[in-house]
Amino acid sequence: MQVIIDFLVSLNIPYVTEGVARFIVLLVFAGVVAVAAPAGLIILTWLERKIIARIQDRLGPNRAGPFGWLQAFADMIKMFTKEDITPANADRASYNIAPGLAVFSSIMVFAVIPFAPGFAGTYMNVGLLYIIAIGGLGSIAILMAGWSSNNKYSLLGAFRAVAMLLTYEVPMVMALVIVAIATGSMSLVAVTEAQGSMWYVVSMPLVFLIFFLSGVAEVGRSPFDLIEAESEIIAGFHTEYSGIKFGLFMIAEYVHMFALSFFAAVLFFGGWQIPFINVATLPFPIGSILGFLSLIVKVFFFVFVMMWLRGTLPRFRIDQLLDFGWKFLVPLTLVLLIASAFVVRLFSPGSSTGIPVAPGPLSGLGTAGEIIALLITNLVIAVLTMVMVASAARRSRNQALRAVSGVEPMPAGQPGK
Amino acid sequence: MLQDFEFVGLLGAITFTIPIVTLLIAWFLRPKKPNPAKQETYESGMQTIGDTWVRFKVQYYIYALIFVVFDIEAVFLFPFAVALNQLPLYTLMWVIIFILLLFDGLLYAWRKGALHWS
Repeated sequence: MQVIIDFLVSLNIPYVTEGVARFIVLLVFAGVVAVAAPAGLIILTWLERKIIARIQDRLGPNRAGPFGWLQAFADMIKMFTKEDITPANADRASYNIAPGLAVFSSIMVFAVIPFAPGFAGTYMNVGLLYIIAIGGLGSIAILMAGWSSNNKYSLLGAFRAVAMLLTYEVPMVMALVIVAIATGSMSLVAVTEAQGSMWYVVSMPLVFLIFFLSGVAEVGRSPFDLIEAESEIIAGFHTEYSGIKFGLFMIAEYVHMFALSFFAAVLFFGGWQIPFINVATLPFPIGSILGFLSLIVKVFFFVFVMMWLRGTLPRFRIDQLLDFGWKFLVPLTLVLLIASAFVVRLFSPGSSTGIPVAPGPLSGLGTAGEIIALLITNLVIAVLTMVMVASAARRSRNQALRAVSGVEPMPAGQPGK
Repeated sequence: MLQDFEFVGLLGAITFTIPIVTLLIAWFLRPKKPNPAKQETYESGMQTIGDTWVRFKVQYYIYALIFVVFDIEAVFLFPFAVALNQLPLYTLMWVIIFILLLFDGLLYAWRKGALHWS
């Protein structure tokens, strides 16, 4: 970014000072981001249909264009030309604002993502909080849509959506806190640069899993898609929407999914980092292009994983979903949070800001020691959790057995039937 | 500091226009033939029975209450997370006590059946 600003200034065009050049570059960059995010939808919908079709042993779209890749455009034309029906009983104002707000919130989270070395729109030092805040707007849009439609299915869908989003927001926020602890900063640029030595997924695999699971729930995709479970509540919160307003909700959903993949890549898979190559030190165009490509590859990997999940797993029931969130993920993240804070502080190299603070007792072992200690902590907690879950499952199975038939319960340690 | 939000503002302005432009284009393209039957509330082909905006299950409210506690906790935890390396070691203990208190709150809610979906 700075390179382009310097280049513009060096052209010596009248009135183009440093500030003006900066403004122009940022404006163009913002335009590209704002248009590219929804445009990615064209690839995403096509990809999703093809992949799901392949998983289900079908062909998928293959009529519009070669391999059906024009299907998204056909859908777009259909949505634009379809009549838009507003139910007579709906609350018109919020009914019409909701789809726009959904799209707005899903695109706005892209503001803090570092796309390539030096190419981040903002180095905002509260990036992680910004993601949470703007992401939260999406739930408001869903609640507005469900409430204003004046339709029972919509309202049920909205309630479910909000209960679910609230539940999974907590473990997600905790996972982000752990990332902030490991980095010592909330800026996404700093998070990316801190992963130059090792990606966080290596040192904190469990945190990544929690983040990704709650992220998928936050986006409301299968297997957490009971907010729009078609067999129970028609289409959930957008039952009454048709035409382009439905299309806007679709855009919001896919952009949200895209954004989640970006965050998974940036926060845990090193963003634009490439293993064994220091991208940031490469000369200007090559480093940026390689970095961006590396980020995009990771993003599409996560997109694929989400589609794969959708094609493979059945839907949760709402009580299972809330139990999984509150009784499993939240306690687990709290324990992880304490453990990670402890480990990171033990290995802390002391203060870097001039305030005299003693370094952690184990700081002599350096970054490598910290990475290994974090990894061991994650693995130990994972194993303990699995043991606890297994014993809880055995207990509830025995209880159920006893309740049903009075059969003597299985002795502990024996495999279940 | 404020410069950090320059890009956010620009992106916000551009993003704000996207749904508006989309809706405007659709406004010119789509047919407009409303009639009372079309504008009925959809309820699987039946006339709707009763009011939609009624009192709803209190369980949702309880979950939201617990969520508020944890969300406010996050506001306290983020500054701690960033400042962790600049704090003396014993401050870690206070934060751990703080998290354990919240954990205790979660266990209390669990015991009281607030997390049970019935």
